Amino acid sequence: MSFIDAARSAFAPGGRNGLARSERRDPIGLMVAALNKLAQAEVVDRLGIRRSTEQTVFRVTSAGFRTLGATSRAFTRSGEKGAGTRVPHADPAGVFDLTPSEDQRMLVGVVSEFAAEVVRPAAAEANEACLAPDDLLEAGLEIGLPLLGVPEELGGVSEERSEMTGTLVHEALAHGDLGLAVAALAPGAVATAIGRWGNGEQQATYLPHFTGSTGEQVPAAALALTEPSPLFDPRRPRTTAVRTGDGYLLSGVKSMVPRGPHAELFVVGADLEGSPALFLVESRTEGIAIEAEPSMGVRAATLSRLVLNDVEVGSIALLGEADGSTYLEAVRASRLAWCALAVGTGQAVLDYVTPYVKERTAFGEPIAHRQSVAFMVANIAIELQAMRLVTYRAASRLAQGKGAAREVGLARRICAEKGMQIGLDGVQLLGGHGFVKEHPVERWYRDLRATGLMEGGVMV
Amino acid sequence: MINLEAPKKFRPLIGNAHQVAMNMLRPISRKYDEQEHAYPKELDMLAAMIDGLNESGQSQGAGASGVRAARDEDSPGLGGTRNGTNLASVLSIMEMCWGDVGLLLSMPRQGLGNSAIASVANDEQAARFRGVWAGMAITEPEVGSDSAGIRTTAVRDGDEYVINGEKIYVTAGDRCDAVVVWATLDKSLGRAAIKSFVVPKDTPGLTVERLEHKLGIRSSDTAAIRFEDCRVPAENLLGSPDVDTAPGSGQGFAGAMATFDNTRPLVAAMAVGCARASLDLTRELLEQAGVEIDYDAPTYGQSAAAARFLQLESDWEGAYLLTLESAWMADNREPNSTQASMAKAKAGRVGSDVTLGCVELCGSVGYSEHDLLEKWARDSKILDIFEGTQQIQQLIIARRILGLSSTELK
Repeated sequence: MSFIDAARSAFAPGGRNGLARSERRDPIGLMVAALNKLAQAEVVDRLGIRRSTEQTVFRVTSAGFRTLGATSRAFTRSGEKGAGTRVPHADPAGVFDLTPSEDQRMLVGVVSEFAAEVVRPAAAEANEACLAPDDLLEAGLEIGLPLLGVPEELGGVSEERSEMTGTLVHEALAHGDLGLAVAALAPGAVATAIGRWGNGEQQATYLPHFTGSTGEQVPAAALALTEPSPLFDPRRPRTTAVRTGDGYLLSGVKSMVPRGPHAELFVVGADLEGSPALFLVESRTEGIAIEAEPSMGVRAATLSRLVLNDVEVGSIALLGEADGSTYLEAVRASRLAWCALAVGTGQAVLDYVTPYVKERTAFGEPIAHRQSVAFMVANIAIELQAMRLVTYRAASRLAQGKGAAREVGLARRICAEKGMQIGLDGVQLLGGHGFVKEHPVERWYRDLRATGLMEGGVMV
Repeated sequence: MINLEAPKKFRPLIGNAHQVAMNMLRPISRKYDEQEHAYPKELDMLAAMIDGLNESGQSQGAGASGVRAARDEDSPGLGGTRNGTNLASVLSIMEMCWGDVGLLLSMPRQGLGNSAIASVANDEQAARFRGVWAGMAITEPEVGSDSAGIRTTAVRDGDEYVINGEKIYVTAGDRCDAVVVWATLDKSLGRAAIKSFVVPKDTPGLTVERLEHKLGIRSSDTAAIRFEDCRVPAENLLGSPDVDTAPGSGQGFAGAMATFDNTRPLVAAMAVGCARASLDLTRELLEQAGVEIDYDAPTYGQSAAAARFLQLESDWEGAYLLTLESAWMADNREPNSTQASMAKAKAGRVGSDVTLGCVELCGSVGYSEHDLLEKWARDSKILDIFEGTQQIQQLIIARRILGLSSTELK
């Protein structure tokens, strides 16, 4: 940096620390800034924590811990390029019904138990560590979470399209914890994508690793669609894929990628000749870097940036159609998964505040006896059920193979808006107790803000 | 299997109701908004048609008279679930109110009193009051949401009850054949002593005092009715005549209140239908103004008008589905009191948000009487008030969720 640049940046501190570029330092400001630097250095040295600060792995620094992609296993090419295996769409025979099928009921029962007994107790620590515990993830694999969208014929559990079942499972798991739900469900998003859109070769090459038939541990994997730009429109990714002789060259930055440093396989959204498309990228491919991206919430999912720098992938990489249709299906199914997560988290808020406002007393009686409190609880219940039904309608339409652009768009809108309101009211109902980490409500507040801005990561 | 699409078997019903709304109600919608107390004579023809459909069993419960605890002919379909008269009613009411809420409320023989009769009448009464157009008289000058405090009295005298009191806000109170009147047998016994009575309009002592001038639903007449020593046969009491003050007894007031579990989804359906009329027209007007609603684009990457529309429509979708849920539960004999109130609360406020929002979005086109957006924004307001205000619904829901009694959560 030249002296002139340094001087300019001293006077114009914008672009960092949440400052807009229009901010200017005056002489007092310069003095305060200098003092601050000095003070920081002294504090760090006096407490002798400089070393440990530098050593803290992954989570703390937003400046960007950077690593290569996980050393992935060899995904040995197998199968033919021809059409992949597909499952049929659901057919409810034109009857309005809110009753889950017997299979769905059983599955939700198992997942709910897991969420209550394993996920919820692990949530606070995983949030701090920005890491999901291994045994929890393994238990999730035993339940078969990654197999929901994989056709039965290929070793999965899907006999028909799984969007509705996936929605119920995402909801049930998020009732335990949203961040851990994302961590546990992330590999399933990739397996589902391959099960739904993969050709014979892609299914034969990758799915055996998810169904456990290779004898190895099921890999971490992530669907990477978000990019770090405001007003990001997933239909116009800045990440590009350029055709090479026998494959594609990928460049760009994906954001909010769950389990980034551990994922062995990514499905990456990139623009291919003007249309967005999905690409399978193995983590050991050259040119991949993972940066930590700890965020406001969803922290247990180890959110990361995936930096692709001229990453060369083979012809096997293109997943589904190149005309944008597969990509758009993935975007919608993913948005719906975030809606389901918001519904589960919203239910957690309602279930938590209900006993709280009945036990907490003020002015000699439970605060629940006041309409201003009770009506907030009623409104949480009303909007939560509205969110749930709008999400279910979109999911059941997807599972039936009906157009669902409108329904998914509305579900995302209502869940973003009312989900956040529920998080906000949850904290408010607990008052000061809502603001401290003794109670999980502040975490739900942070997690619920993710709804409406996330793309990818999970998918029903 | 989970499926939230309108039932396939009701598609003809919905289609018919839509055609009626479009071709019968919309053309006279403004006319009767302007001529407030004129009788919409066009509706007699329509009512005759609906009666004909009812006779032939093709209506599948169009209108309020169809509301009733699931009937035997609603045999369970696939997966054991029923799609019956309650769902059919809300779906057809939505379409009719997409046409005009006031006119739907003026539909002969489809009054809210008919819903009460359909909900709680015994077989003999159901047969006797068949074809009677019944209004509902609950509210009094001093008693609104607090129905337990009503002052109208009914005193047993031989084979008759003698009714005295004053009722206001009786929808279709001038045009109907009879009113279902809520009265207390003994004020000192509280809610347990409140009963409902079918009082024919020609009963001596019954006087329609005046008709209200209103903000909206002006095609529907809203009457104040005075009862002076009105004598009705004892058999006109709906439900059980016993005054059971034992706590938790399902008789009397609770039974009468249960009517609302059936009628609240209907009012929710009215709000949903009216709001959809606003959304449909606004979408087209926005398109003409160059604003396309894009469901896949990020909300805030679109124009503010599109973003607002998306928010309104998403809220509307929630209200629509809550309404279907509460009706579906009634069809399947599941207790739906909470869901009925949720549907009513959500639809009531969404109805106002949507219709008022659409007026704002469309500017002077929305505000002017040249089109109907301003009318729908006036019509919708009552739907957040009658059959239990927004606040009463929230009270019901809160008590249920929190497990609190009416003395704990007042």
